[in-house]
Amino acid sequence: MRALTRAAASAATALTLLLAGCSGGGSDGRDADGPVHLRFQSLAWQTESVDANKELVAEWNAAHPDVQVEYVQGSWDSVHDQLLTSFEGDEAPDIIHDASDDLADFAYGGYLADLRTLLPERLTEDIPEASWSTATFDGGVYGVPFLQEPKVLIANTKILKASGVRIPTADRPWSWEEFRQVTKELTGKGRYGVAWPLKEPVSVTLNLGLSAGGQLFHRGEDGKVDLRFDDGDSVVPRTIHDQVTVDHSAARTALGMGGSDTLPGFFGGKYAMVPLGFAYRQQVVEQAPEGFEWSVLPAPAGSDGTAQGVSPQTLSVAEDSPHKKEAVEFIDFLLDPPNMVRLAKGDWMLPTGTEALADPALHTEDKGWATGTALAQRLRPAPAQSVRGYPEWKDKVATPALQEYYSGAIGLDELRKRLVDDGNRVLARYQR
Amino acid sequence: MSMRTGRATRAGQYLALTGYLVFLAFPFLWLISTAFKPARELGSLHPTWIPQHPTLDNFRQAFDEQPLLQAAGNSLLAAVSAGVICVLIATPMAYVMARHRGKLSAAATGWVVVSQAFPFVLLIIPLFLILKNLHLINSLAGLIMVYVVWSLPFALWMLVGYVRAVPAELEEAASVDGAGRLRTLVSVTAPLLAPGIVATALFAFITAWNEFFFALVLLKTPEKQTLPVVLTHFIGAEGAADLGPLAAAAFLATLPSLLLFAFIQRRITGGMLAGAVKS
Repeated sequence: MRALTRAAASAATALTLLLAGCSGGGSDGRDADGPVHLRFQSLAWQTESVDANKELVAEWNAAHPDVQVEYVQGSWDSVHDQLLTSFEGDEAPDIIHDASDDLADFAYGGYLADLRTLLPERLTEDIPEASWSTATFDGGVYGVPFLQEPKVLIANTKILKASGVRIPTADRPWSWEEFRQVTKELTGKGRYGVAWPLKEPVSVTLNLGLSAGGQLFHRGEDGKVDLRFDDGDSVVPRTIHDQVTVDHSAARTALGMGGSDTLPGFFGGKYAMVPLGFAYRQQVVEQAPEGFEWSVLPAPAGSDGTAQGVSPQTLSVAEDSPHKKEAVEFIDFLLDPPNMVRLAKGDWMLPTGTEALADPALHTEDKGWATGTALAQRLRPAPAQSVRGYPEWKDKVATPALQEYYSGAIGLDELRKRLVDDGNRVLARYQR
Repeated sequence: MSMRTGRATRAGQYLALTGYLVFLAFPFLWLISTAFKPARELGSLHPTWIPQHPTLDNFRQAFDEQPLLQAAGNSLLAAVSAGVICVLIATPMAYVMARHRGKLSAAATGWVVVSQAFPFVLLIIPLFLILKNLHLINSLAGLIMVYVVWSLPFALWMLVGYVRAVPAELEEAASVDGAGRLRTLVSVTAPLLAPGIVATALFAFITAWNEFFFALVLLKTPEKQTLPVVLTHFIGAEGAADLGPLAAAAFLATLPSLLLFAFIQRRITGGMLAGAVKS
């Protein structure tokens, strides 16, 4: 009995020590005296991108002994939930890396600092107004947009050249109708002209729809948004639909795929072209077989040329951060033009900054950089990113409706009815 | 049943079992295959089971990019602690619930069942705020507490079943032979209960080892993060993934569970047989 009691007491002591030993306390990493400590949560994930971010943090820390920045690795996969709980628990990082289309709820919720009075003039002027508007909510600026990527066509050069079709350039892109014709010509035995990876069909449809004047979301003078499906809105969906179900020039199986899923088929010659985000070039470089020739073409253009919607990556400051000024100074350092170029190259994306975008390293023909930078001027805020209720509309209404339309299960009238009628009902709940 | 029918049934059973094993093993074997493939083979339209040019680059890259060993250490500490504490708490509770049936015991069982119905997202904000007040955010101790509380109801349920399977007559016989309450528990009940305790600890271990959401929300600094959280760092925007390093890291993350199962499974079986003979 005594032995057992002793054993139990020992176990309890060991457990207490274990718990005490692995407790990290609740410190937020900020000292009352001494250097300011900032936490920078980065979503960089590709090797080059993580390296670039860590190097820049190290350079900042070496040059600023009184403001030390800690690099914290975040994840695109879970950033929204993770930030939401961090904000609720007053444990948010000081500097937050995210995408502009994820900021609206946090900005309206009062979790992010309005940066208007904090941003240096250099940075404000360097980034175009169109980019700033992606992070502007209710008149306040809640993030600094710094990287963006257009949708481009990644093409199998050999197939393209052999077909004799006109090769589009950023100055003379294909029209949507010409694109449809080209994909028919590129389609042959065991090969589709294009594979649309439309696992998430909404943002692709809306963003590319801007080229044809499609807007779908219309904000009235009272600030309220309503949905309308005009002629311009139908150009992109109809093209995709017809390629899949009428011409059979687009692979039906790709409709349920993500971007990466289409690459094996693309490398294997099953698809002549794949519309992908600009950053996917990195995966193409890594995974393409030896000798595989590929090129980057601009996405087709409509009545509004090569206009496209984008949701740039952003850097924000938490409203609860006691060191907002220092946090913005760090952001300014990180987005200094040469540094912005390093970040852009690391992520295989385009910088928003005018000066960084002019860097010769981003204008080489190699790996399609020049095509991307030529498109940068025409990038616009994604049509719906500041619309409250958009996530619900996207998940409950638009995604299933577009999936059914693209697969041929419903027609254009039914698509229009669902997107607009059901959609306006959803939006109305958010705009009472 | 004729001999021919018996053989056919047996063959069908083996076929079904083989199919089930293949079904279970496929993801893991494919994971191993992917972990050793170079990037160019990952992009092949005709993937092969055996990598044509096997490489360790994915493992190197995974270790270079993310603090996998540190994360594995954190996961191990959290999972082992959760398993041990869970069993220490659940075993006496389960004994009482199994042996002393009454309204309280029934209510406790009801609570166990109901508690399994609460989704993570419902609990996370209040839990976060409570742990924050206790200064246990960004602390493995806080995470271990959450894991223990999360695993406890099911662990209790499991152990109650194991305790009930130990015949009460054995304890009565020991009592008749002059053994005290404690001696009976230690010498008679505990050895028969050992497989159940091990299985319960294993359940709590695996639950904690695989858990992602609580760890994501509660741990803030990279030094504290557990393996499931670190694995997500190989996934980029719009689901793009650094597939090779992700597979390499995921393969390493599955090893401890597999080894533990391989090691303990024999003991659980052995313990069950021992119990059967005694009863």
